[in-house]
Amino acid sequence: MRATRKAASVICYLVFAALAAAYILPLVITLTNSFMGQSELAHNLFGYVIRMPLLPSDVTLAQYRQILIESPIYLNMLWNTIAIATPVILGTLIVSSAAAYAFTVLTFKGKETLFFIYLVVMLLPLQVTLMPNYIVADFLGIRDSWLAIILPGIFSPFGVFILRRQMKVMPVSYIEAAQIDGAGHLRILSRIVLPLVKSGLAALAVLTFIEYWNLIDQAIVFIEDIDKQPMSLFLSRINQKQMGVTFAASSFYVFPALVVLLYGADYLRDGIRLSSNKT
Amino acid sequence: MKLKKNNAIPVFMLLLSVAGFSLFFLIPFLMSLGHAFIENPFTLRFVGLRNFTVSFQNKYFMLGLKNTAIFMAVGIPLNIMLSLAAALIINRLKFFSNIFSLVFLIPLAIPSATTAFFWSNLFAKNGLVNQWFGFGVDWFNSDYGLYVMILIFLWKNIGFNLVLFISGLGDIPLEYYEVARVYGASRFQMLCRITLVYLTPTFFLTLIMSFVNSFRIFKEIYIITGDTPHESVYVLQHYVNNTFFSLNYQRMTSAVYILTVFIVLFVALVLKAEIRLSRDLRRLT
Repeated sequence: MRATRKAASVICYLVFAALAAAYILPLVITLTNSFMGQSELAHNLFGYVIRMPLLPSDVTLAQYRQILIESPIYLNMLWNTIAIATPVILGTLIVSSAAAYAFTVLTFKGKETLFFIYLVVMLLPLQVTLMPNYIVADFLGIRDSWLAIILPGIFSPFGVFILRRQMKVMPVSYIEAAQIDGAGHLRILSRIVLPLVKSGLAALAVLTFIEYWNLIDQAIVFIEDIDKQPMSLFLSRINQKQMGVTFAASSFYVFPALVVLLYGADYLRDGIRLSSNKT
Repeated sequence: MKLKKNNAIPVFMLLLSVAGFSLFFLIPFLMSLGHAFIENPFTLRFVGLRNFTVSFQNKYFMLGLKNTAIFMAVGIPLNIMLSLAAALIINRLKFFSNIFSLVFLIPLAIPSATTAFFWSNLFAKNGLVNQWFGFGVDWFNSDYGLYVMILIFLWKNIGFNLVLFISGLGDIPLEYYEVARVYGASRFQMLCRITLVYLTPTFFLTLIMSFVNSFRIFKEIYIITGDTPHESVYVLQHYVNNTFFSLNYQRMTSAVYILTVFIVLFVALVLKAEIRLSRDLRRLT
C-alpha cells in the first residue's frame, strides 16, 4: 500500500516535471535562439525543414548590442510601453478602488444593474470596445496620442470587478466600528479598507501591467507615429530579415514581465481570492 | 450595512468611475447602435432590422460566430477542468508545489509576440510537430487550426485558473475533511461532497476569467495568421476587426450588438446561478 502510494507520487512528480518543461519550452527556445547568429538562424528557420535547436552552435551578442546600444529605437519603444502602462496602472488602481468602495458602502436602487453593465462591458472582446474608444478619441481630439489608450484603460471595469469582490467579503463590522469612532469615508478607505484589500490591489496592478505590456490592438488603431509605438506592436510584426533582432528584442522584452509575475504571483493567489478568512 | 447619512464622498467616488466608464465605453457604444439601423452614413435611411438579418445571412459572420462558439464550448470547460485537476494534484504534493504553480503561470506574462513565432514554426508544414510525429499537416491552414489555437489558449491560461483554484482550496476549512473522515467517507466522496461544493465561488470566477481570456487569445491568433486566416481559424473578432478597418460600420455594429446580446444573456445566467448556488452554500454551513 505504502509502496504503491510512493510510486504514484513519483509518477506525479515526473509527469508534472515533464509538463513544466514543455510549458516553458517556447520561452526557453526564444531566449537561447536570441544568442544565435543571423546566418545560423536563417539556416534553421528558412531551410527545407524548420529547426529550433535548444542551444546555438555559435553564441553571439550582436543582436543585443544592436538593440541596446547601436539603434536607439528599441529603447525608445520600451520607454513608450512604460509611459503608457504606468499611468494606466496608477489610474485604474485609484479609480477602481474608489468605485469598489462606493459599491460596497452605498445602497441605492439600480446598484446591481449598474454593476451588471460593468460586467457586460468587461466581458466584451477588445475588438468591440475599440470602436467606442475610437469614437470618443475622435470626439476629444486625442487620436494618435497615448491618451486614447490610457484614458479608457483607467476606467476599465475590470478593476472594479476584482476589488468589489474582495471588499464584499470584508467584515462589515470594521467599517461600522470606525464610523462609530467618527472616522470619515476617506479615512476608512485609506486606513482600513485599502490595507485589507492590499493583495487585491497588487493583483490588479500585476494583471494590468501584463495586459499593457502586451498592448497591440489599441496601438494598431491609435498610434500611427512610429516614434510613439510600444514595443509589443513592433514585435508583433515579425520581420523575417531581422529574425535575430526580433528574438533578442523579444527576450529582452519578456524579462520585466517575468519579474513582475514572479514577484507578484503570491498576490495573484491571495488577491483574487474570495474569502478573507486568512486575515 | 448601516451607515451615516453623509455619503457625499462615496457618491463622488462612484460618479468618477461612472463618468469615465460612460464617456469611454457606454455612451459611444449606445450611440453606435444608430449605425445598426441605417442603410449607410450617407443616405441615413432607416432600414429597421435589415442589417441584422443580413448579418445572419453573411457567410463570414456566421463562420466567425460558429468558430467562436466552438472555441468557447471546447476551450473554456477544458481550461477549467484541466486547471482544477492540476490544482487538486499540486495541492497534495509535498515538495515543489509552489514552483509548479509558478511555472504554469509564466505563459500568462509572456507577451503574445514573443512566442507567436515559436508557435507558427512548431505547427508549420515543415515545422517541428510534423517532423516529430510525421503528420505533414499545415496546421494553421487546415481544419485543425482552431484546435491548435485552443491548445495555445490552454497553455496560456491554465496557470491563472490553477492559481485561483489553489487559492479556493486553501479556503476550505480542514475540519470538514476531518469530520468526513471520522464518519468514514471515502476520498471520492470527500472530493464530491466537500471540495467541489465549496469551490463553487471559484468555479464562477474561473468561468468569468476564462470567458474574458478566450477573447484575449485573439492577439496570438492575429499575429500568427493575420486578418484573413484559414476558414477554421476565422473567429468573430476577425469579422469585427475587418469590418471596422474597412469602415463598414453597419455590418460591424449589427455584429457587435448580436454578440452583446449573447454576452448579456451569459452574464445574467452566471449571476443568477451564482446567487442561487451561494445561497444554497450558505444554508449548508
